[in-house]
Amino acid sequence: MRWLARRSIFYIVTAWAAVTLNFLIPRLMPGNPVQAVIGRFDAQGTPLSPSATKALTIAFGLSGHQSLWSQYGAYWNDLFHGNLGVSFTYYPTPVSSIVAQALPWTVVLVGMATIISWTLGTFVGVVAGWRRGGRWDAVIPVGTFFRGIPQFWIGLLAVTVLGVALGVLPVSGGYASGLSPSFTGTFAVSALQHSVLPALTIIGGSFAGHLLTMRNMMVTSLSEDYVTIAEAKGLPPRRVMLRYAARNALIPSVVGFALELGFAVSGALVVEKVFSYPGVGYVLFQAIGGEDYPLIQAIFLVITLSVLVANIAADVVFVLVDPRAREGAGQ
Amino acid sequence: MTDTLIAETAPPDEGWRRRRGLPAWARSRKVVAGASLLGIFVLLALIGPVIAPDNPSMSTTATLAPPSLAHLLGTTNTGQDVLSQVLAGARESMEVAVVAAIIGEGLAVVIGITAGYLDGVAGEILAMLINIFLVIPVLPLEIVLAGFLEQKGWFPIALIIAATAWPWGARILRAQTRTLRKRDYVEAARIAGDPGWRIIGFEILPNVSALIITGMLFHILVALVVQSSLAFLGIGDLTTWSWGTMLYWADDASAFLTGAWWWYVPPGICLALVGMGLALVNLGLDEVINPRLRLPKGFKLQRERRFGRRAAVAATAVAAGPADPGTATETDAGGTR
Repeated sequence: MRWLARRSIFYIVTAWAAVTLNFLIPRLMPGNPVQAVIGRFDAQGTPLSPSATKALTIAFGLSGHQSLWSQYGAYWNDLFHGNLGVSFTYYPTPVSSIVAQALPWTVVLVGMATIISWTLGTFVGVVAGWRRGGRWDAVIPVGTFFRGIPQFWIGLLAVTVLGVALGVLPVSGGYASGLSPSFTGTFAVSALQHSVLPALTIIGGSFAGHLLTMRNMMVTSLSEDYVTIAEAKGLPPRRVMLRYAARNALIPSVVGFALELGFAVSGALVVEKVFSYPGVGYVLFQAIGGEDYPLIQAIFLVITLSVLVANIAADVVFVLVDPRAREGAGQ
Repeated sequence: MTDTLIAETAPPDEGWRRRRGLPAWARSRKVVAGASLLGIFVLLALIGPVIAPDNPSMSTTATLAPPSLAHLLGTTNTGQDVLSQVLAGARESMEVAVVAAIIGEGLAVVIGITAGYLDGVAGEILAMLINIFLVIPVLPLEIVLAGFLEQKGWFPIALIIAATAWPWGARILRAQTRTLRKRDYVEAARIAGDPGWRIIGFEILPNVSALIITGMLFHILVALVVQSSLAFLGIGDLTTWSWGTMLYWADDASAFLTGAWWWYVPPGICLALVGMGLALVNLGLDEVINPRLRLPKGFKLQRERRFGRRAAVAATAVAAGPADPGTATETDAGGTR
């Protein structure tokens, strides 16, 4: 229970920190951000409309001469009412509805792909660790090569080879252009087809990392005395591999997975741009192009909170695999 | 007197090995292979922009030409020479990665060791800070920060990467410092009345130096990937050449749909090779630092099959000896990523 309480406090503090960072960054940056943005739009020859300027001023809390504290209070108040400001590329659409539209795409795609990648990588890692010193050690150079490649570049290759050259899979968008999101069979099939390449890319880009982590954990835990004893007792090798070595190697791997999520999500967001996938990453890319700061900030906040939720899920798994956490003695 | 003596003779791990000829890390094949690969790219970063055959930004009439003798790696949609862009881009890509890594690892060292060394509330708060920044996804945070930059050259981008990528290293260093803090020689120095800065600088720092080096390499790898991702999204100065900006322009011109592979394959291969070099050195060093990852001499799977697995596993256990489980797992968790 103590462990649970500690984790809860951690999540609350992290959420608070993310919100506060999001509040402070535009206010603490040198110069007047509103003037800077207006200036940049003027320089491009596409001046901002007065209404967009007003939205920006409100978003950055520069409208009145309020103190930072009262701005902070107002910011929290807005947040609790789901008010994240108004986008000025899609003026006057509220930022929250744009993000709400994109978020399910990302959650399903990135969530599924990450879980598949981690499960596969961990399983192959268990085998590679078990068969260390042999041909399976080839996973080390191959894995390190793949780990150094940015995920989005794997996506570009996937587009070229699987999408364009072979022409078997759609390379852009989340569903066929004639359809609109609905709960019909045609739409589901189309959405599934469109998600194959992005998902393969995310799996291909993160699989090697999970594999190498798990392999090293396995090698480490295989050198423990309890593994030697299990073997000395004559237990079947499969049982030693899975129930003795792998189970213990899994604990740091789950912790690592939770910590890595923030990084994994970052990579996946860029992959969305490659495939023009209608998720948060693609919206983020468009927001960057349009210098849509309210939208960028809202996405930062939503992504961070989503990663926090995923972390809580990983914690639940952690409690399941590590009895020390269950009894409250661990950590 | 005896206390300080104990403190000073406590050997940093590698010292005794170095005296027996080659240092352990230089005998690792992974380290040598990785370092050679890195050496080539460091050389490219230094002389690349000078030996580039053309001005990388110069447009010609030969647009989207496949590789030929005139343009060894072909041309872009405006007829720019791809080889020249790869060579010119090597410098900026490596520059950002190394500068970001130096600053980021510096932050990690200061925050991580302090967090591990301090007792009570101060240490807890710093640990919390590390964990919070670890959870926050780096890329969106970097984009938010980059959005409010006044100018967008390579240095501000490096600063942003450094400011967001430090928690990895800090977490590993904090964990290691906490285990070191309980060692006899550190206790001895404390009892002898050494001030905190001296204990950190002379007792703890030398014993985490290996972790700092692996952390540094990992930082370079992360910075390289992050920088290319940011550039690919259109953040930063798109008028200068890096491997990331090359990919941005290739994507902008839909090179992937028109099959102009010579445009976007080379920068990706370069990124992957540098990443592989860094990761190989890191893996090799990890095995040197953490004996439990190292296989005993003569450990071969074939032999293991002939004589039964038990003997080989027993040999592993003996060779590894008693190790501190806490340290080993903490080190792995970050070092091998």
